[in-house]
Amino acid sequence: MNIGVLGLQGDVAENINASRQAMAKLGIKGTVKQVKTPEELASLDGLIIPGGESTMIGQMSLVNGAIKTIKEKIQAGMPVFGICAGLILLSKNVRDKTVGKTNQPLLDLLDVRVERNSFGRQKDSFETEVSAEPLGIQRMRGVFIRSPSIEDLGKNVKVVSKFNEKVVAVQQGNILATSFHPELTNDVSLHRYFISMVATRKK
Amino acid sequence: MIPLSGDITGAKGIMRQKIGSFSISRGTTTLKRGFAHMLKNGVVMDVTTVEQAQIAEDAGAVSVMVLDKLPSDVRKAGGVARTASIRVIEEIMDAVTIPVMAKCRIGHVYEARVLEEANVDMIDESEVLTPADETHHIWKWDFTTPFVNGARSLAEALRRIEEGAAMIRTKGEPGTGNVAEAVTHIKKVNDELRTINSIYESGDHQDLVKMAREFKVSYDLVEQTAKMGRLPVVNFAAGGIATPADAAYLMSLGCDGVFVGSGIFKAEDAKERARAVVLATTFWEEPDKVKEAQKMIDERQSMLGLDVKNLELRMQERGSTA
Repeated sequence: MNIGVLGLQGDVAENINASRQAMAKLGIKGTVKQVKTPEELASLDGLIIPGGESTMIGQMSLVNGAIKTIKEKIQAGMPVFGICAGLILLSKNVRDKTVGKTNQPLLDLLDVRVERNSFGRQKDSFETEVSAEPLGIQRMRGVFIRSPSIEDLGKNVKVVSKFNEKVVAVQQGNILATSFHPELTNDVSLHRYFISMVATRKK
Repeated sequence: MIPLSGDITGAKGIMRQKIGSFSISRGTTTLKRGFAHMLKNGVVMDVTTVEQAQIAEDAGAVSVMVLDKLPSDVRKAGGVARTASIRVIEEIMDAVTIPVMAKCRIGHVYEARVLEEANVDMIDESEVLTPADETHHIWKWDFTTPFVNGARSLAEALRRIEEGAAMIRTKGEPGTGNVAEAVTHIKKVNDELRTINSIYESGDHQDLVKMAREFKVSYDLVEQTAKMGRLPVVNFAAGGIATPADAAYLMSLGCDGVFVGSGIFKAEDAKERARAVVLATTFWEEPDKVKEAQKMIDERQSMLGLDVKNLELRMQERGSTA
């Protein structure tokens, strides 16, 4: 199994580490590496788009053509896991809580509207216990850093987790996305779920 | 892996609250260091106006740092340099979606409080401004907002981390457009990290205790750092970066990202240069892409720069003995 973490910007190393741990726990053999170019993306079975600044990651993936390859691969069924900035990039619509409409490159695949910086600025960032019951995860640490939230879910989008009435994780077929950061905790259950998604498709 | 835990007991900056059925915590080390992790491989740009902040965001900056004057103008103006106008900071926060940082004077607890109340995303306790306390830096555990501090040696970096800094950057020599000092500082930190890592590997605890005494920090922090062979927080380059090649060079020396101060908005081709520095930082491992980035700028439009040997004011020395 070949897992890539989009390595243009953000917390790439943490996601590589979490994915490797998840693979080991599932007893699956494979590689996890940082990917940047369309060539590196081409051979992947699954992709993680990590946390970072969505405006920057979007623009840089446009520069080297990565965005086009990513979109084609996801449309062809490759599982993808978008975290925070990754969630924003995957979505069809984005608005910022303060600035309003943003003009940034998006993959335009996940049928939701994302509100950026939905919980406020860094001082309002928080951690808490959340659950992802539809995925069989009863409790996990949710680390929310200037996090977005998810609104206007399309009919094929399943709610995976909520924080106080705001949707913070969803799944739409081969797309898994969270507004919080599981890679910043020691609990790899969401990465484990994602690796199983990739394993199921490979069968 | 950089550790994300490590709160000291009784850190006043940690706030606990109930929201609905959820118990939440703010201002933890995970949240502060985690914020810095989201900036990795990115460029933070110094700005003084809303227009500059928007240029920075459009170019792909991961954050902007608001100042009253760019470091090279601080140098020219002399006098006392203080934190930026809150009104300008607020205007910029309302205009861009990326995080907004601001600088406070070394040791000036209340400039930092004011910035925290203004809701900036990170505070830079910076040697570019005139120090307010020659013997103490801010005790950053008292704040919910994360801090970044400058350092030119491992000892200085660890002292700042022990005070609660969630991120470190080199000091370099701000406002000179001369990258030499930043290069020296990161090489020195890397060299010292290799030294303590080899002491750790050798199992010589007595020597590690000796290092902790020399650095004037706790043994635990030295041991943790020595074991990893890197700083326990994200480490950026700063001070004197003026071109895409400067940024790529510092990335190649192991920096996690770069701050660009006067280098962009003191140049005459700020817009292209901002973009070019981001490209070179993102693709620093690919020399052909760095060349393309360097081609976007015109050396005749770079800031003039200063020889660091003849400076009247060496900002890097501020706060370095404390």
